[in-house]
Amino acid sequence: MLDKVDELLSGPLVVINVGLRGFAESMEEQELEVIQVDWKPPAGGDQEMIDLLEDLL
Amino acid sequence: MVSGFVVRPNEYYDSVFLMGINKRLAETEGVLQTAVLMGSENNKRLLADIGIVGDKIDAAKPNDLIVGVVAESDGIIEAVIGSLEYYLTVQEVSVATEQYRSMDEALGVREDANLAVLSIPGEYIFLEAQRALEAGLHTFIFSSNVSVDEELALKLFAAERNLLVMGPDCGTSILGGKGIGFANAVRQGTIGAIGPSGTGLQEFTTLVHHAGGGISHAIGTGSRDLSNEIGGITTLMALDALEDDSETEVIAIISKPPDKRVLEELFPRIEACTKSVVGCFLGIEGLSEKLPEGLHLARTIDEAVDLTTTLTSGQIADPKYTGEDTASKLADEIKEALSPGQRFIRGLFAGGTFCYQSQQILRDAGLETYSNAPIDRTHKLEHFDESRGHTLIDMGDEEYTVGRPHPMIDSTIRARRILSEGQAPNVAVLLLDVVLGHNASADPVGDLLESILKAKRARRDQGEELVVVASICGTEDDPQDLDLQREQLEKAGVIVFDSNGKATHFCSEVIMSASGGSDVG
Repeated sequence: MLDKVDELLSGPLVVINVGLRGFAESMEEQELEVIQVDWKPPAGGDQEMIDLLEDLL
Repeated sequence: MVSGFVVRPNEYYDSVFLMGINKRLAETEGVLQTAVLMGSENNKRLLADIGIVGDKIDAAKPNDLIVGVVAESDGIIEAVIGSLEYYLTVQEVSVATEQYRSMDEALGVREDANLAVLSIPGEYIFLEAQRALEAGLHTFIFSSNVSVDEELALKLFAAERNLLVMGPDCGTSILGGKGIGFANAVRQGTIGAIGPSGTGLQEFTTLVHHAGGGISHAIGTGSRDLSNEIGGITTLMALDALEDDSETEVIAIISKPPDKRVLEELFPRIEACTKSVVGCFLGIEGLSEKLPEGLHLARTIDEAVDLTTTLTSGQIADPKYTGEDTASKLADEIKEALSPGQRFIRGLFAGGTFCYQSQQILRDAGLETYSNAPIDRTHKLEHFDESRGHTLIDMGDEEYTVGRPHPMIDSTIRARRILSEGQAPNVAVLLLDVVLGHNASADPVGDLLESILKAKRARRDQGEELVVVASICGTEDDPQDLDLQREQLEKAGVIVFDSNGKATHFCSEVIMSASGGSDVG
């Protein structure tokens, strides 16, 4: 049985791209399946709130 | 000269998208400088540096967009800020990809997703990477500025689940022929590669391609993976995976020297590996450890390519594009054209590995070099903007990239530095790298050409020649036109090589010969 890293190498890749849209576009050009997450800083970029969220999750 | 700004709350865009907007706004007549940035603390400092300050900027948060303008009149500032909406909308429309608001939402749509590619500010990586790993996804983390503790925690968490964390600070991977991040379009084949540096892997994979070989997979590990703190977790997992992979015949590791404790673990693992391993540990000096059986050491990336292509069955090195003929024709003229005061090489690199490898090659040739990212700590420049002797600058290093995209995308700073270094009276040779491939600039040579021509012209006006040498890391299948890129350089009188190693050897020959072989550092 293939382990998870072997599976990744044997493909196919299904990618969730979080951040730079150019990365998603270049992967689509190579005929990869890509889902783009339109990321924004959580909690409006408030570091204290992010730390709180991280503790809660 | 006047300045103004606008803050648009809760409008988040990535740095490459904003660079496009910035370029368009800066083209307006009468504009002296523009800054289109998110409201992080670092970016606020950059705005203050160009005199743009205000209470609204102080209060801005990282997901608030700030646009600052320095211009000749208030009217121009108003016009620029007024056109912002239009440019933001035009650029948005060009993105066709379906978009979701969060990782969880995306995972709900595609339960079969197996890789998360993350390129968000480093301080937010831990949360998103952890979510991806919990959902069983491997991760490719392009972002830097992730703490060592967070990296270690993510890699240990992933290793328990047999998941690969490529990164943080991972520029390149090629998995089954598909390039992730900054990668070149290379032939598929039987050579596997592992490395912490994006440009190191790009150089290796393109040179394998030029030599007629092909790549099974190239696995980026992140710049700190081979440190004692991280312990080579990703490198060792990648080695296991490539050993198991039926397509891979030979494995190459391209990196700076691993830390001692990692080496102690890596060497026995290489010895136990059933496939040949080529190790190119740039900058390595005097190994005290016994070399494991099955490890073939290469001094440069070019040598690593020669070794792997020779070790791989059925592949014969057949370089299609070298540029050496042009170089040898010009070499003699060049030596004659230099004036006695022209003694130094200045290297300006987009790729960190190129900067590092060039220092090693020049050091081996007996030349003393200085750098902002030195191969030897005693040769660190006091200030990264002030060169001395033979200086090689990694323009992708932190001091140049805070708040702006990498020089492989945005060459503004490098173009400026080409102009100033090229005109310095004691400079003989400028050494550059040009990196093609997915996500690199659409016209990397075009971005630098005006500065190169201006610098050469200025020297000619003084009766001197400026030698400009460049290596191109790219293939004929890359989105940029390799031949056109090379032609543009050659037309400008630049001597072009297909590898950083060859380009650097050529520079050292020119300098050694011009100085009669003495160390001119």
